[in-house]
Amino acid sequence: MTSYSPSRVRADVPQFHREVHGRPLTYLDSASSTLPPRAVIEAMDRYYERHHANVHRGVYLTAEEATADYEGARAAVARFINAPGGAEEVVFTKNTTESFNLLARSWGASRLKPGDVVVVTEMEHHANVVPWFQLRESHGIEVRFVPVGDDYRLDLSHADQLLDGAKLLSVTGMSNVLGTRNDLAALARLAHAHGALLAVDGAQSVAHGSSDVARDGIDFLAFSGHKMLGPTGIGVLWARHSLLEAMPPFLGGGGMIADVRTDGFTPAHGVARFEAGTPPIAEAVGLHAAIRYLEGLGPDAVEAHERELTRDALERLERTFAGRVRVIGPRDVADRGGVLSLDVDGVHPHDVAQVLDQHGVCVRPGHHCAKPLMHRFGLAATARASFGPYSLARDTDALLEGLGHALDLFA
Amino acid sequence: MANLDDLYREIILDHYRTPRNRGELPTPPATRVEGFNPLCGDEITLYLELADGRLADIKMTGRGCSISQASASLMGAAVKGKALAEVRAALERFRQLMTVTETRLDEGGEPETPDVRSLGELAALAGVVKFPVRIKCAMLAWTTLAQGLDEAPAD
Repeated sequence: MTSYSPSRVRADVPQFHREVHGRPLTYLDSASSTLPPRAVIEAMDRYYERHHANVHRGVYLTAEEATADYEGARAAVARFINAPGGAEEVVFTKNTTESFNLLARSWGASRLKPGDVVVVTEMEHHANVVPWFQLRESHGIEVRFVPVGDDYRLDLSHADQLLDGAKLLSVTGMSNVLGTRNDLAALARLAHAHGALLAVDGAQSVAHGSSDVARDGIDFLAFSGHKMLGPTGIGVLWARHSLLEAMPPFLGGGGMIADVRTDGFTPAHGVARFEAGTPPIAEAVGLHAAIRYLEGLGPDAVEAHERELTRDALERLERTFAGRVRVIGPRDVADRGGVLSLDVDGVHPHDVAQVLDQHGVCVRPGHHCAKPLMHRFGLAATARASFGPYSLARDTDALLEGLGHALDLFA
Repeated sequence: MANLDDLYREIILDHYRTPRNRGELPTPPATRVEGFNPLCGDEITLYLELADGRLADIKMTGRGCSISQASASLMGAAVKGKALAEVRAALERFRQLMTVTETRLDEGGEPETPDVRSLGELAALAGVVKFPVRIKCAMLAWTTLAQGLDEAPAD
């Protein structure tokens, strides 16, 4: 039993104790990056103040402590996503984007042949599109897109044709533009039925509900620390053990080798061979603290709270602006996260966001690194508001007030 | 502290609502050049007609935020008919106006107020530098102009 209280989470986040433009901070950009609670910042401070040393090298006490901290974080990640093979399946990267590049350059480049098919979707972040296009250029693979329907959900009506001959289906757990959540267990069954593996972009989904790679039967999962209350500079690629084992290293250098001679090298065993150079140790410690913190809140409770905030915000946007503010995303909150992409009548998203800033409201204007989706809906950009575990209904109050001001100023 | 009035000066809103020099020119003789701001999806297309060492005519199409579109409109008004050397000088002055100076690590210091006397109406955009993320919006038309001048055949 957890006793999740969004106001208590808010009190735990130091940044909420500052003002912006003389107003309280209304942070509605958690889809971009979440704000870390004090526990995360303190864990990293403590690490640097007490334990910092390079990992897997020295045998002195602090080197052992640092190594235990770093590997302990890996074990925490494995537990958090219920990795069936444990920590040996968890590779630390810089962020989700690097995780996808690792997947494409290592698994993709070694397993895919010219003409092999990778299927992504129209709602993917560029991180799950561009590495596959790069592989198309270097290895002659084919990249196909699952379309997004007018209901802002994946249109799987031609899935059999799209997945015919596919080696990989790579989809987002939750769209960073639409808020649409995808049914990962169903997509895993679909991919496997066609002999393909399923990779999931978990950047948006991991902090806003439970993630369970074993339950969903997925094969690869990528996510970032800074979108789940953790620090920037650390991400994860989880891969099923049998797959990871067969993957060659991507970056070469220190730490990833078993032996280097003047005539060549032998890569290290296990996840070490994917982690060349000194890794983000303090960031791993911060991620560990974030995982503990999220587990303390209870992922299901967070998801339910954000769903209620989203339902309320959708209703009030409709009631207040009667069509002058359009939400680009599903109306039904059943399979939807707390991301509200707004198209404000006659006001460019950048200007919307700038006016909102004066109200202390942080939203993200732009194409959200999802240009195929923007093209699909004929938009150049949207102003996106997104909720986190610390969001409250009064954040929506501030959003509505700022939107009213933007409409007044530019109308 | 930077506030909204520094950014959305009345003259900027005016150029946004009623942009000058909108339209196209036949190519050739005009040079057509496109610019994009990947950050927010702003787009601008410039048509530049060079004659006798001058920017004889300029027209533009595009869509984007108030800053990118107003900056384009103000730029057109400022450079149309000018000798190319003057156009390039205006470009350089504007670039300097949009440059962020180094801030102090401890408290994010305010940049110095630039000297805007030589800029005329363009001075209305001086406030943009207080909003560093928006500099790219203001610069879009200008970097596109620079590219167009480089690409245009010498007459």
